[in-house]
Amino acid sequence: MQKKIVLRNGVYMMNSIDLNRSRDTAFIKEVERISGQDISSCYQCGNCTAGCPAAFVYDRQVSQIMRAVQLGLKEQALGCNSIWYCLSCSMCSLRCPNMIDVALVMETLRHMARHEGLVTVPKMEKFWFSFMDTVRAFGRTYEVGTMALFMMRSLKFTTDLDLAPAALKLRKLPFIPHSAQAAAGKIIERYRKRAKEEGVRP
Amino acid sequence: MKYSYYPGCSQEGSALDYGKSTGAVCAALGITLNPIPDWSCCGSTPAHAVDEELSAALCARNLDIAAREKADLVVTPCPSCLSNLRTARYRMRDEKFRERVNELLDSPAADELPDATSIMQLIGRLHDAEDISARVVKPLKGIRLAAYYGCLMSRPARIMEFGDPENPTLMETLLAACGAEMVDFPIKTVCCGASAGIPERPLTAYNSGKILELATKLGVDAIAVACPLCQMNLDLRQKQAAKAMDLNFDMPVMYFTQLMGLAMNIAPEHLGIEQLCVKPAALMSKYAANSANGGEK
Repeated sequence: MQKKIVLRNGVYMMNSIDLNRSRDTAFIKEVERISGQDISSCYQCGNCTAGCPAAFVYDRQVSQIMRAVQLGLKEQALGCNSIWYCLSCSMCSLRCPNMIDVALVMETLRHMARHEGLVTVPKMEKFWFSFMDTVRAFGRTYEVGTMALFMMRSLKFTTDLDLAPAALKLRKLPFIPHSAQAAAGKIIERYRKRAKEEGVRP
Repeated sequence: MKYSYYPGCSQEGSALDYGKSTGAVCAALGITLNPIPDWSCCGSTPAHAVDEELSAALCARNLDIAAREKADLVVTPCPSCLSNLRTARYRMRDEKFRERVNELLDSPAADELPDATSIMQLIGRLHDAEDISARVVKPLKGIRLAAYYGCLMSRPARIMEFGDPENPTLMETLLAACGAEMVDFPIKTVCCGASAGIPERPLTAYNSGKILELATKLGVDAIAVACPLCQMNLDLRQKQAAKAMDLNFDMPVMYFTQLMGLAMNIAPEHLGIEQLCVKPAALMSKYAANSANGGEK
């Protein structure tokens, strides 16, 4: 397993940034405006990449994404799988010597990609939607429901089945939802309605 | 000071044992936990992954109820809830952002929302190490533990304000006061893989595997945690992590409240010890031997 990861990493590291494309300055400004971060202060030390726990599944490393944004390479920044696999652990932000909240930049890019309807790793979004659907229905998280919805959405019917025996025995993952609370559902409904009106992906 | 308790959804499901042990330890320490009436989910990772206004609205609703209850502080055991509640409060100071969030709520949230803190910090604030030591009946003598905080407890640093963001030490202080031997655990704030366990298993299995590997090498009796998701990834998903690393693990992963509860002589069944996937057999026999010796400190 470990070997495979190293290999994947090696392959992905071959990706390079194409400097021959034109610079989308509006994109740079937009990222800076939404995230509130000074992207130009990144001097490519690579600390963010060095500390990233998800680096081994990324097709473009965090520091490369920062460079792509600096250069206004919108497609490169919004089309990578990395902004979807980011775990939001903020190690990159903590270790940035220029105090850039890199994790917030990653989140900003993900939101921008979604608004453009560009979803490079649909299974991550399918998981988030499945989770939010249970909150909409019950007001609180419902683990088994999230799992069932994710299986249906992704057609991966064996997801985590290996955990079922232990989880059942420990009586930790109840089969019936543990709440009936309406307020959170209303918030999610309003959010989805507004997103539709504004023409963005809910 | 008035506290409102925000349990978080996992306390009703995957982290029943965290809920039980938090309740038992707080009761023993004289901390009253009044849940926010009709509290709802904070949205966890999925909400802010999709939209920061949605995440803030889900949190603001709960903070707003706490504000109306005249609470000065909201306290939660879950770092993910805490991170979302604190981020929402921080961002709601921006007028434009607040307006957008208020559109999603039944009625606009109070202008001043209460601060949120973790159960661990509340315990640390109200009881110093000496005070905790004085309440210990069955010390965790000879029990070696690694404190693992996960990523969200201390980061983003400007929002979480949890001491040194890469080397927090509060859990060590509390558990050392209970008599345990705390080892240095250099990856104590490295992410376990968080919520990627379902959609992208290797991301979680490999990261959790590295934590379990180091703890095993250090020869600890258990990893002490404060986060329901870390606990699930390291405990329930331990076999998946072992497979990813091509190793074998037999590492109990316990909530710091369970360990404190044991030291304070709370019965294991009131701490949900039996609901751990990897049973802390060696730890419990050391613990039993300690108490048989009269629980010398």
